[in-house]
Amino acid sequence: MDKVLNTNIKNVFRLLSENAITPPILTEAALNRAKQLAKYNAFIALTESLAKNQSKQSQERYNTKKPASEIDGLPITIKDNFCTKEVATTCASKMLENFNPTYNATVVERLENAGAILLGKSNLDQFAMGSGTVDSIYGPSKNIWNYQDDENFHIAGGSSGGSAIAVATGICYGALGSDTGGSTRNPASYCGVVGLKPTYGLVSRWGLIPLVNSMDVPGILTRTVDDCVSMLNVVAGFDSKDSTTLEKPYRKIRLPNANKMSVKALKVGIPKEYFNEHLTSEVYDVWNEVANLLENDGAIVKQVSLPNTEHSIVCYSILNQCEVASNMARYDGIEFGYRADENESTEKLYATSRSMGFNEVVRNRILTGNYFLLIRNYEKYFNKALKIRRLIADDFHKVWEDVQVLLTPTTLTTAPVYKDFVQKTNRDQCALQDYCTQPANMAGIPAVSIPIKLSQNGLPISIQLMGRNLSEPMLLAVAKYIENIVQFPHFVNRK
Amino acid sequence: MGLGKRIIFHSKTILPRRNYSKLSKNSPQWKSVVGLEVHAQIQSETKLFSGSPTKFSSPVNSNAALFDISTPGTLPVLNKRCVEAGVLTALSLNCKVNPVSYFDRKHYFYADMPSGYQITQQRAPLASNGNMEFHVFAPGVHKTCYKTSARIKQLQLEQDSGKSLHDFDKSLVDLNRAGIPLMELVFEPDLVDGEEAAALIKELMMILQTIQTCSCKMEEGALRIDANVSIHKDGEPLGTRTEIKNIGSVRGVAGAIKYEIQRQIKIKENNGTIVNETRSWNPEKKITVPMRDKEVQQDYRYMPEPNLPPLHIGMGPVENGFINADKIREKIPELPEQIRCRLRETFGLTSEQSIILVNDFHLLRAFEESISGRSISGTKLANFLINELNRALNQMDLELQNVKCNLKYFGEILELIEASTISRATALLVTEELLKGNMDNPTKIVADKNWKQITDEKELRKICQQILDENEKAVKDYLKGKTKVFNAFMGYVAKKTDNRADMKKCSEIVKELLLHLENKRQP
Repeated sequence: MDKVLNTNIKNVFRLLSENAITPPILTEAALNRAKQLAKYNAFIALTESLAKNQSKQSQERYNTKKPASEIDGLPITIKDNFCTKEVATTCASKMLENFNPTYNATVVERLENAGAILLGKSNLDQFAMGSGTVDSIYGPSKNIWNYQDDENFHIAGGSSGGSAIAVATGICYGALGSDTGGSTRNPASYCGVVGLKPTYGLVSRWGLIPLVNSMDVPGILTRTVDDCVSMLNVVAGFDSKDSTTLEKPYRKIRLPNANKMSVKALKVGIPKEYFNEHLTSEVYDVWNEVANLLENDGAIVKQVSLPNTEHSIVCYSILNQCEVASNMARYDGIEFGYRADENESTEKLYATSRSMGFNEVVRNRILTGNYFLLIRNYEKYFNKALKIRRLIADDFHKVWEDVQVLLTPTTLTTAPVYKDFVQKTNRDQCALQDYCTQPANMAGIPAVSIPIKLSQNGLPISIQLMGRNLSEPMLLAVAKYIENIVQFPHFVNRK
Repeated sequence: MGLGKRIIFHSKTILPRRNYSKLSKNSPQWKSVVGLEVHAQIQSETKLFSGSPTKFSSPVNSNAALFDISTPGTLPVLNKRCVEAGVLTALSLNCKVNPVSYFDRKHYFYADMPSGYQITQQRAPLASNGNMEFHVFAPGVHKTCYKTSARIKQLQLEQDSGKSLHDFDKSLVDLNRAGIPLMELVFEPDLVDGEEAAALIKELMMILQTIQTCSCKMEEGALRIDANVSIHKDGEPLGTRTEIKNIGSVRGVAGAIKYEIQRQIKIKENNGTIVNETRSWNPEKKITVPMRDKEVQQDYRYMPEPNLPPLHIGMGPVENGFINADKIREKIPELPEQIRCRLRETFGLTSEQSIILVNDFHLLRAFEESISGRSISGTKLANFLINELNRALNQMDLELQNVKCNLKYFGEILELIEASTISRATALLVTEELLKGNMDNPTKIVADKNWKQITDEKELRKICQQILDENEKAVKDYLKGKTKVFNAFMGYVAKKTDNRADMKKCSEIVKELLLHLENKRQP
């Protein structure tokens, strides 16, 4: 059964269709593995009884030879900032510790309609504000690679760290993350899985508790590119509940076999601004290796420039904090969420509930964001940041005249050691972690991170591919091509 | 029905000039400046950004969708009907509809504002630069009616807030109103007093009701008015203004502004300073009082609403955009001012008549139905409706809208008068008969009741002679020079004939008979 959990979606679907295994047995195995691997702290909560019920329903569909989709009966994991009906959705915060939504996020609804089994809600940084999955009231998630003990471990990356671990360990076949500045790709890179940030507007945000509305996208984490396509085909497409989704009908992606693909004449850009001073030589080498690999196979690889990359982080920081200040205003302890025991005045009730319900990171961003939005500062900060955002997007538009795809590292380093990482402020953590990933969110373009190889001390190193808006079919094809050549040694396949 | 509910007046012309209010006449050195902001609830089945119903007086918190209670993860979806209503209103108020407008978040904490911000269009509104003309006439304040106008700075779409209910030790929140669609209309400070403001609101209400974009039921809060008031001396810059919030009736608008101007003048004349503050109108005591100012100098930290794309309005033949303004323009019905013009031009009504008829929807309907297909004088019909019909309604304590009779019948009465079939006095009797519920047509009523006017010369002469014969003493008095008794003769004639005699003819006949007697006495 363990082997089944470790394989890919296509194989499981075949086994289920042939009745070689059943959804309840598969679900049972996944739940058991989740419990065995509890030390990594991937989950905030397992939804055991829901999963078992869903697996029985799935069984009935297979019994009548009518599976809802190729992911019918497959255990999946949802980051705990997607609303799940009658299942607590905490955002890893005290504020929403007891929040039980009465509705499903659109992506959750679509996964359920496709027959997927919801195994549990995964850990994250509070309200997705972080890049380590270390700022959770449920404690940090722990990277599976090079794990020593409860104290000595590498960070999983974040903020979708829990989802990345759940996928890497074979507890589930796919997971939803969210990606605002790299929150899906960063943990994918550190945990050695595929992480896709789709084009802004391709996947509905209804039910995703927002961080930065104009940059948030639901992300997908899987072990293989093909699995990623299977998940994307289920969740993507217009949603009348999210006015920012693209109305153009989504066409399901089908990728050919890797050995039938070619990268001949594919124009690949290497943006020189991504040679950051903090880039480690190991990551640089892997980046270079992949570039050479593509060039050797006939791709045209050239250096390009995205001159405004260096401004991206500071610009992102301002926009992020402004939207956070606004989005967090609803958490006043009145309608839902944490309410402090305070009866002196409404104002005092707000203040106490908010200072107790949010951690320091959230409180800081709220304060700074409100400062930037004051009339006297609006032009100087928020509006300027919007202009720079436009310049960054323009950088990408210009580069697409020359190349079809950009090849960059996903992260500048391998996963940092937890104890070192938490020495830094959240701000510095994010500034460094999001460097390569965050410009894609500024521009709304799709980006995918794929693991390439392990470092000398056994940590995954990944690269990132970016393409123009809605270029997912091409981007994922190139990713699959590379994946097939590099044959990354997945965690589930270790001896 | 109270007295004075209907305005009955007869002045001949409406001068297109601006009158200063009595108040400014009393203190000629002070000029008052008034600007209005109106929040009008858009008549729509569902809310601005959610699918919950908007029905008034639903059970508490029953009309609150997930979005309305600001459930995390929910997103706004713009209601097309509200945009159409906004565009229709903008076009009806001569505004320029902006091809692209945006939504903003306006932040403040309040228990009945669950998301901590209101979605509004402060910075790039749906429409701007409008203009509204209206007539001002308040008996006792203005000698004559005059026409003026106010510019509209902008028209924006926004959400309403919920309602807080305060008890001794706790507050409760009802979110039925949260997210109800509003149009905020910001007028330029082009008005001089409360009467102009009240007249503007009346005209606005008529327009919105005609185009059905707002019920204007002020008692339900469907229309709420804020007034900005300041005073200054001629030639000097505008004074510090105060804002009177949430005035809930048309007379309240006039009263609150009048009070506020007076209050400010009193302060200034005692060398005081006007404080820039928000006040509220107490309709019982008829005074404005400062509101407990929770947040002085509030910075709303506006930010673009990231979950709503820019709102595109199509113009011209292009099909792009959410809705097309030109197609909506074609749907604008005849507006009150256009109706007034038509009444004047087609039927020769006076300005006052046209104003009165348009002010009273049911009276206007009676006019339109009565005149259609008949060749009767429009002015006479209008006068009959405005005076006789209204008087009868007042006396019988009825409302025209509750009367079941066929409105066309009033035209028939006019025809009967014009053909001298009945007298004016009989016309009133027929009218009362109709109002009492007689379903027959006036011709039949007149026939049944034997109310036909007596016009036969011979018969009238007989009646008049009889009257004179029966009142010998009075005739003697008359002949002695007491000509006043002539009216008494007329009264006797009317009484004797149950008001059926053609009084004009009788008057001539009686005069002739008396002259004849006089001649006989002086051979």
